[in-house]
Amino acid sequence: MSQVSIAPLRLVTADERGVHVPAQASRPVVESETQLRALLGGLSGVDAVGVDARAAKLATRSLKKSTKLAALDLAISMVDLTTLEGSDTLGKVTSLCAKARRPDPSDSDVPSAAAVCVYPDLVAHARHVLHGSSVKVASVATAFPSGRASMNVKLLDVHDAVEAGADEIDMVIDRGAYLSGRLGQVFDEVVAVKAACGAAHLKVILETAELATYDNVRRASWIAMLGGADFIKTSTGKAGVSATLPNALVMLEAVRDFAEMYGELVGVKVAGGIRTSKDALRYLVLVNETVGASWLTPDRFRFGASSLLNDLLMQRRKQRTGAYVRPDEFSSD
Amino acid sequence: MSEDLTSPLGSMVYDPAPESASVAHLRSSYGLFLDGKFTDPESHASFETLNPATEVPLARVAQASIDDVGRAVASSRQAYEKVWSKTTGAERAKYLYRIARLIQERSRELAVVETLDNGKAIRESRDIDIPLAAAHFFYYAGWADKLDYAGFGPNPKPLGVAGQIIPWNFPLLMAAWKLAPALATGNTCVLKPAETTPLTALVLAEILQQAELPPGVVNIVTGDGSVGAALVDHPDVDKIAFTGSTEVGRVIQQSVAVSHKHLTLELGGKGANIVFEDAPVDEMIEGIIDGIFFNQGHVCCAGSRLLVQESIADEVLRRLVRRVDQLRVGDPMDKNTDVGAINSAAQLARIEELTQYGETEGATRYTSSCVLPDKGYWFAPTIFADVSQSHRIAREEIFGPVLSVLTFRTPEEAVAKANNSNYGLACGVWSEKGSRTLWVAQRLRAGVIWANTYNRFDPTSPFGGVRESGFGREGGRHGLEAYLDV
Amino acid sequence: MSDRLDVRKTYKLLVNGAFPRSESGRSYEVLSASGEFLANVAQGSRKDLRDAVVAARGAQAKWWSQTAYNRGQVIYRLAEMAESRRDELTEHVGLAEGLKGKSAQQSVERAIDRMVWYAGWTDKIAQILGSSNPVAGPFFNFSVPVPSGVVAVLSVQDSSLEGFVDAVLAPICVGNAVVAVASERRPTPAVLLGEMTATADFPGGVLNIVTGFTGELAPTLASHEDVDGIDLTGVDEPFADELAALAAGSIKRVLRPSEPQNPLRRLRAFVETSTVWHTIGQ
Repeated sequence: MSQVSIAPLRLVTADERGVHVPAQASRPVVESETQLRALLGGLSGVDAVGVDARAAKLATRSLKKSTKLAALDLAISMVDLTTLEGSDTLGKVTSLCAKARRPDPSDSDVPSAAAVCVYPDLVAHARHVLHGSSVKVASVATAFPSGRASMNVKLLDVHDAVEAGADEIDMVIDRGAYLSGRLGQVFDEVVAVKAACGAAHLKVILETAELATYDNVRRASWIAMLGGADFIKTSTGKAGVSATLPNALVMLEAVRDFAEMYGELVGVKVAGGIRTSKDALRYLVLVNETVGASWLTPDRFRFGASSLLNDLLMQRRKQRTGAYVRPDEFSSD
Repeated sequence: MSEDLTSPLGSMVYDPAPESASVAHLRSSYGLFLDGKFTDPESHASFETLNPATEVPLARVAQASIDDVGRAVASSRQAYEKVWSKTTGAERAKYLYRIARLIQERSRELAVVETLDNGKAIRESRDIDIPLAAAHFFYYAGWADKLDYAGFGPNPKPLGVAGQIIPWNFPLLMAAWKLAPALATGNTCVLKPAETTPLTALVLAEILQQAELPPGVVNIVTGDGSVGAALVDHPDVDKIAFTGSTEVGRVIQQSVAVSHKHLTLELGGKGANIVFEDAPVDEMIEGIIDGIFFNQGHVCCAGSRLLVQESIADEVLRRLVRRVDQLRVGDPMDKNTDVGAINSAAQLARIEELTQYGETEGATRYTSSCVLPDKGYWFAPTIFADVSQSHRIAREEIFGPVLSVLTFRTPEEAVAKANNSNYGLACGVWSEKGSRTLWVAQRLRAGVIWANTYNRFDPTSPFGGVRESGFGREGGRHGLEAYLDV
Repeated sequence: MSDRLDVRKTYKLLVNGAFPRSESGRSYEVLSASGEFLANVAQGSRKDLRDAVVAARGAQAKWWSQTAYNRGQVIYRLAEMAESRRDELTEHVGLAEGLKGKSAQQSVERAIDRMVWYAGWTDKIAQILGSSNPVAGPFFNFSVPVPSGVVAVLSVQDSSLEGFVDAVLAPICVGNAVVAVASERRPTPAVLLGEMTATADFPGGVLNIVTGFTGELAPTLASHEDVDGIDLTGVDEPFADELAALAAGSIKRVLRPSEPQNPLRRLRAFVETSTVWHTIGQ
């Protein structure tokens, strides 16, 4: 297959194929709602049909053999093992932490989960149980899940969690403020919570189900990132439809564009409704083909889930031994 | 976090995820399909059909002679007079429903055969070609007993025997587009599949047998261009339906000017994908990519010209170049392949020749850095920037994975540039502003206009071109007209 | 001949994809045309109708949101199911209507072909009833047919299968959900058809069938405000007038027995026309 060529073929370079992150981080200082709106006004719209179609096409990717094995382990290492129930007790948190640390008691090669995710009043206990392990303690805060409380109360919530030793804070944005157009307020709250976090990393939950449109998801993603988010997160898992591939796609595109514009790499967490390995792997494909391999690490991508972990373990075991095991093979914590 | 980091998109390695060729159940040789049976051609002549991704022969296929074409036409005429014209619409409908169902049942087998014979990615055969083919039969099945309501007056009559010549780019789907409306309206057919892609039509013949379609209602004659010519020239054919190049379309039209056969043509195009500055960015990039690299660019309605508003041209080009290098080019049988093989050596040569002009005429070329396999016919997806209207690559149909990028300043200029072509098949318009999209659509000389999407097909939606892209429509209520005497 | 005892069927209602007995616990005797005992069929109540309307309303939006292609496939599958149970249907139509073997079989075959006919309308009716309208101004103006919503059907009394199929599938194929009262004296073929919808992938609630006494049930449907349209072809004129007057209370669309029963009339009866204007300009 040779051809006569006048000039050498000008091939696309690896450089042109990547996400171009400027060397200097330059998140802008936003001083007013007007300025915020001007920044957001430059964002392009999102065509819902196109987003759904792209997500559906990427969901047909087939991961086999070593790719699948590696992806399963990667997914396990990205899990924020979560319990956020009114009925949570110290005992429940103890078992959760044990599982996060050592997901498969019979196999020490299985990576630990990235973190546990609990309510603020259980952070200290989680911290204690996880002493010496690599598993982080993430705490929800800011009147999770609704966010309906005064700013004082929300900041106090954050403060308690941070004092108790949380490594990461998962806050909720004020959807009421967003939907009534008070975008500056949404922004200010992110900034204030980020300040209250101190050294802790901040994840900002958008609650995509309540934002309803992809345009809103894009805009809210940008508000969160401009406000200082280290991660943007899809859902609380407590309201309606949780994480979906199209919403994650919109958020990943926002993260990619933000990185190219301001030099900051913000992470993405998908939470709620992700139960099977098949789902999890679809998200990894999305990350790979939207923002690239630099985001394929627990530092930049997380799954907020509980039952997902056992399905990952089951698939992992099946890939290695060829057989499906009973669900009881793994702990039900 | 401030690293000077470029993380290449799509660089996570996917292990091969091959579909199994054994699903295909291919025979080593196929005869002509005449009178409901596979028969040897009189001369016993045959030729090999190859897998363009590997250059390995797949099967031997019959080469029909002029006499064989005569036999096929006589058989279709007999079936028309004695059987099909006496079959009620409700009964015709039920045959077509059976065929639709059988295509669904054998969909995996058909998808594999299509990919092996054509070179297109299995994901496309599986998710687009085969489902649309079944849907086409379903849709037209439903018209067979409702022709009184189709808007052509009461009790519209069929034309008789239809000679149907189809191209190699969507072999089974094109067969469905031709057969379904013709049979629904009461015609019988002689189908001539493309020389390089006869196999799915022959599997369809097996399906027609399983559906117990009366013998002779559909005859299939395989072979080279001479078979099509024989069909066009045969005096007992009432109607010719042709999809292929404008070049051949002209010859056919000249021929029927003398013979007075009914004619519909679906020819080439040089589709303009018009992008305004307020287009939804990510979806637009996907739409441009899809518009030209879907099916390796072997699409008559491909968006092979990008007309991008000058104010966003640089940024769009940057994103396009990034995206084009992400396309997975390779083994069509791998489920993760995006772009498959070029259908034949001849087509590859044509693409290479025309692409040369792009360079010599001064356009800026970007070619995907994908690694192409050693065997088979392959062309790396290519984008030409800084193209002007006078360049050959802006005017001539390449029918390959090559995009020409031009700019415009105003909506009026976009329309003028889009219309500055003898073709008129399809266009795309990208904007968030509905009124402008409709304003542009109203002024575009094209048979199909996609807004904020591209390459969408549906059996209910009429498809076809204006000017030298042909005449007549396939799909929808309008698609019935081609096969009725109205 | 063996002494084997057969397992007799219980004829229940179809509500929301499930087969409950009447909440009233009542049943009534259905006799064949020649007077033999056929079955005890559930005698539906006003409350059953209320539940059926709720089910229909719940299902209708989702049914309409499916593609027309999909809806066509579902109705075609009903024809597949009916074809596979053709003998059973033939037996029941024969007993119910007093038809001999061949006539009964032909009636069933016509009914199945009718189902196929309706299956093919779902993705074409918009091309017949819709249009783009050349208004005198820079607007793109188009009209599309949309379903009225929930349609009540009072089945014809005599034609136990063919008539039932026409009455329920016409509104269903254009996107409505239906609450049907089967023929009072000849309900069993309709009940069988209801069973077949369960294996034809009909979403629950799209077709609901309540058996019982038309005189008792009809006024409830005619006056129920969450029913958008009512097919009165199964009742005779004086009663139809009464019901039509009740229906007027909520401005229902009414299909009268006196109107010509041409096929397109049934398809148009429970369809609304929605017209959109969009500016055209740079």
